[in-house]
Amino acid sequence: MTGKIPIAKTYKLFIDGAFPRSESGRTFSVNDTEGELIANVSQASRKDFREAVRAARAAQLPWASRTAYNRGQILYRVAEMLESRKTEFVELLKSIGVNSRSAAREIEDSIQRWVWYAGWSDKYSQILGSVNPVSGPYFNFTVPEPTGVVGIIAPTEPSMLGLISRLAPAIVSGNTVVVVSEGHSSLTSVTIGEVLATSDVPAGVVNILTGDQTDLLPWMVGHLDVNAVDISGISPETDPALLEEAASNVKRVISRQVNEESLELISDFLEMKTVWHPIGR
Amino acid sequence: MSTSNITFRETGSSIKVTPVDEVSLEARAASLATRSIKTNSKRAALHLAIRCMDLTTLEGADTPEKVASLCQKAKRPDPSNHDVPSVAAVCIYPEMVHHAVEATKGSNVKVASVAGAFPSGLSTIEARTADIADAVKRGADEIDIVLNRSAFLAGDEQRAFEEIVASKDACGKAHLKVILEVGELGSYDKIRQASMLAMAAGADFIKTSTGKISQASSLPRVLCMAEAVRDFAQQTNISVGIKAAGGIRTAKQAWHYLVVIGETLGTEWLSPEMFRIGASSLLNDVLLQLKRLDSGSYSGPDYVTVD
Repeated sequence: MTGKIPIAKTYKLFIDGAFPRSESGRTFSVNDTEGELIANVSQASRKDFREAVRAARAAQLPWASRTAYNRGQILYRVAEMLESRKTEFVELLKSIGVNSRSAAREIEDSIQRWVWYAGWSDKYSQILGSVNPVSGPYFNFTVPEPTGVVGIIAPTEPSMLGLISRLAPAIVSGNTVVVVSEGHSSLTSVTIGEVLATSDVPAGVVNILTGDQTDLLPWMVGHLDVNAVDISGISPETDPALLEEAASNVKRVISRQVNEESLELISDFLEMKTVWHPIGR
Repeated sequence: MSTSNITFRETGSSIKVTPVDEVSLEARAASLATRSIKTNSKRAALHLAIRCMDLTTLEGADTPEKVASLCQKAKRPDPSNHDVPSVAAVCIYPEMVHHAVEATKGSNVKVASVAGAFPSGLSTIEARTADIADAVKRGADEIDIVLNRSAFLAGDEQRAFEEIVASKDACGKAHLKVILEVGELGSYDKIRQASMLAMAAGADFIKTSTGKISQASSLPRVLCMAEAVRDFAQQTNISVGIKAAGGIRTAKQAWHYLVVIGETLGTEWLSPEMFRIGASSLLNDVLLQLKRLDSGSYSGPDYVTVD
């Protein structure tokens, strides 16, 4: 066939289950390792961030109110969708400079990790919660609850496994998230957004913005309706002023290795609630 | 629709009602909604929106305590900030009027009561005027009644007109707002006709909706009413107020309405005496936007009261 028109994908934001362009109309370009343009990617503004937080807030309670079993099923479905798009991800990672063997391994590891976290959905609460001994005719329980809306600065390297490793432990317990990714990893993040959009994950549970992380981080840290920020994706020398700002609005700041798998990462995004209940006679 | 006439109650003079160009009306409303408000005007616009607000609770589950807390919020919307003005009025059911009068004593917050078989208006005119007189006796400063859409849409405009006249008489000194329930009228022509009819019958305010049906206030509908008010003022030299109500939840929507009123009727109408916004959840969003202007960072619903 001659004269075939190449159809390139438009990389847009992922907010409230839809794929809008930035309200600012701005874009930035991402080139492949040869310097050829791969795509012009939407550059999110602080107003896009505000909309994403609004969507995440609206989705949080319904997501947390689903049964643990149902959340686990939905996350498992995401793994199934990732599995079916493996070749697309391998090609994508290769175009942004990952060699083909590492790319294939990164996809496998990502899917395995996602399933590992999906399995925790109806188990973490038994392990992390407790029945506490008290001197009185009461039951005293400590139960974990999701923190709320979490802002995630997506790791740039490894772009796929990094984001998967930060995303899964946050949403498994009923948090909703706003991810900000930048540069090459934006392409991976948006494609993960496309997987989530087709996997029964309710709109607003995961919102993905692409743009300038240093630009958006102060808005994320200052936003009073964001309960935790995960800054694992950027260098540990974060501006102390930002940490002070986070402290001033009692926000959790999480910083971890970008490639880890542990129950502790789930508990990073949990609040422990203790309840007293009289023992009936 | 062709041009028709309505007789003005006060003078007996005839008032012309012209048809509405639907396409231009909607285009005009849409273009006014794109007007951007710059940061230094935002605070003034938000304060104006609060000053023009009728804080409303019209639930079957309303209690004296709920009304009292609504009145507290009406007097001091943001207890942490003295600059935030109080709202224009609280809007409640007649049964709650004396609680609201008690709770707003000593402030300039007015008490508005719905009355007259709200929200349908379908009981005898005697029962409705008695309801109105009772609300006024309990101390309501403003009365919100509904237009008899049943009569109006059936073509019995005369009856709808006379019922408003009777309601106006029952109000005495209290201000009368007539709710047209624009979502039930079906067309812009009907909205303009109903607006003219209510004004000619003696309404001090015309109001869009009860808030009880999903089709409520919208920008083109309010523009349509504002144009009717402008025509009426030109023909009679009498200025009638407008109240937009139902479905106005965000600060951005509120200032779209301010723009429409200001551009159509002039700044004279941008005051609580001539323009009102009826809302229950709008105030919190306006307060959040004010906090955002003051602090520089986005605020969240955890930082305002749960009503």
